[in-house]
Amino acid sequence: MTKPGVDLTPYLRQEMMPTVWCPGCGHGIIARGIATALMNLGVDMDQLAVVGGIGCSGRAPFYFDANSMHTTHGRALAYATGLKMVNPNLTVIVPMGDGDSAAIGGNHLIHAARRNIDITAIIFNNSIYGMTGGQSAPTSPLESHSTTTPMGSIEPAFDMVELALAAGATYVARTTTFDFQEMPKLIEGAIRHHGFSVVEVLSQCPTYYGRLNKLGEAPDMLLYERDRTKLLEAFGPPPEITREEMVGQLPIGLFRNEERPEYIDQYHGLVARAGGGK
Amino acid sequence: MRLVQGNEAVALAAVHAGCNFYSGYPITPATEIMEMMARQMPKTGGVFIQMEDEIGSIAAAIGAAWGGAKAMTATSGPGFSLMQENIGYACMTQTPVVVVDSQRGGPSTGLPTLPAQGEVMQARYGTHGDHEVIVLTASSVVEAYRMTVEAFNLSETYRVPAILLLDAVLSHMRENVEFPDVPVRERAKPVIDEHFLPFGPDAPFVPFGSGHHTVVTGMSHDETGLPKALAGQAVQRILMGVAERMRRDAREITFYHEISLDDADIVLLTYGITARAAREAVELLRQDGVKAGLLDLQTLWPFPDWLVKEKTAHAKAILVPELNLGQYVMPVRATLEGRCPVEALGRMDGELFTPEALVEAAKRLASSVEIGGVAHD
Ligand SMILES: Cc1ncc(C[n+]2csc(CCOP(=O)(O)OP(=O)(O)O)c2C)c(N)n1
Ligand code: SF4
Ligand SMILES: [Mg+2]
Repeated sequence: MTKPGVDLTPYLRQEMMPTVWCPGCGHGIIARGIATALMNLGVDMDQLAVVGGIGCSGRAPFYFDANSMHTTHGRALAYATGLKMVNPNLTVIVPMGDGDSAAIGGNHLIHAARRNIDITAIIFNNSIYGMTGGQSAPTSPLESHSTTTPMGSIEPAFDMVELALAAGATYVARTTTFDFQEMPKLIEGAIRHHGFSVVEVLSQCPTYYGRLNKLGEAPDMLLYERDRTKLLEAFGPPPEITREEMVGQLPIGLFRNEERPEYIDQYHGLVARAGGGK
Repeated sequence: MRLVQGNEAVALAAVHAGCNFYSGYPITPATEIMEMMARQMPKTGGVFIQMEDEIGSIAAAIGAAWGGAKAMTATSGPGFSLMQENIGYACMTQTPVVVVDSQRGGPSTGLPTLPAQGEVMQARYGTHGDHEVIVLTASSVVEAYRMTVEAFNLSETYRVPAILLLDAVLSHMRENVEFPDVPVRERAKPVIDEHFLPFGPDAPFVPFGSGHHTVVTGMSHDETGLPKALAGQAVQRILMGVAERMRRDAREITFYHEISLDDADIVLLTYGITARAAREAVELLRQDGVKAGLLDLQTLWPFPDWLVKEKTAHAKAILVPELNLGQYVMPVRATLEGRCPVEALGRMDGELFTPEALVEAAKRLASSVEIGGVAHD
């Protein structure tokens, strides 16, 4: 956990401060969580690549004093895949929006998970498209309001944890910006994990989601996150829990942490068999 | 000497050029490039990956470039369309990457196994926003080899995506070839200090991991890479600089062949597969007393306006046969500004031009501009 007075500035790109994020936005809390995890792990920033897409969340790469890549909407994981394969020494973290990862980039997410490539995806899930001004996302809950669902959404939402588990991610966790003390631990685990990791962080967008759904100000939204989630008992297998039960009781914690052959290791095995080893 | 297919020549040339990353998605008529790379990359210690679509393929290739690779992807029309947004990202981020598009009949699924030249404009202007790219093409297997290596070289030199346009016939054609030893431009590994400007004028391409914490973004940015104030002016300055450097080196980066242009009244201006029929047509026309010549371009973009002007200075008319409805004829006309008639001859039915069809069109054109010695039959 980050103690008051801990200095995270060596991990942050000072010339890009202040961030573009609105006051009260949850994305800054997630960035802090990532920086804390980097500090706790002692990650060499020369060997860290932060590869983001487009959205408020997609701006995160600018704020880390590392090798930063701000790519196109939804494609960050595909960029990161090429980058990591040719330079496996890099630690690769991919901050993604919920629209970025679940809508336009959904295909890349499931295939990165299926391959089990050693990349850490962090989904900044604010249940809405923040950057473009509050449109509905695939993660917007049924009946929630946005500028494109003015009468309430008629679409069910994706559960990003279920999606990541089904697609084969080998480290899957969910936390919230309310749980800012737990968050770095889950992110640390994800970075340490050798394989594809997904950490979904429920974030608040007071500017659009909060306002359009009458959830109050940022502190009210943090309490809303607290009240709609329930910490998993242990770091065991995902609980048998139905969608109905999950309303008001969305599980958070570590859902999976298991070893499965990692994609680049597999590829290097293939290179060795082909006689192409250097 | 050995019998080599066009697509195979591209893969072999890529390996020769130092390509060590290939990402792709299968599509006719480009698939054999991918299949060859699936065998070649592991053998040479490079990376091969079959991505989930062409958007992922180009994105992975650009990511790989920033990881330090010489990267390539290959596709055909439908996949080339999907790549456009991220080709623009490579332009904006000055990332060297090679994209091969083996053109087939279009639009849409079109004629998957038949040739076309429908992407001449798309290759130049397909991504949104203005930018500069390099577009090369070829008319034979050996030329496909040479142009693939040059695509890597020019992409490295100018830090732009280089696009190689093939077509279904050239991709699948087999010819007896002896591969030329085309020199390869190696990537410099400069020493980086804290004053390094990753997007400064003539800045070398320095991938991630150098110690310089580069910011790579598709947003308008200045020479530091950061999207600071006045980024619009900065990116105009940067991208105009790229265009300026290519213009400065126009003579080195423009590849072409010419036949009998010195005294030609009628100039056939061709590129790609169409050059094969045009060479024969020029011979037939000469036998019939028509002073015909050929300007066959391998560098399509940046448009070699200076060359077109120079080589057609004494021409009375120009014929531009293309396997589309008239694309490349437009900059030719614009360049010559009405100095002489520039006639388009287009088709998009999946067939190639025969030499006879070109002869006929050239004679028609000759008689319309009243060039003496032409038999009216
Ligand atoms: C291809 C493409 N389509 C649409 C957009 C416009 N756009 C920018 S950000 C965004 C959505 C962002 O939402 P999300 O991914 O949830 O991130 P957030 O801003 O909420 O953090 C969209 C649709 C774009 N930049 N590119
Ligand atoms: S619009 Fe929403 S997501 Fe974007 S910075 Fe503001 S609060 Fe955060
Ligand atoms: Mg969002």
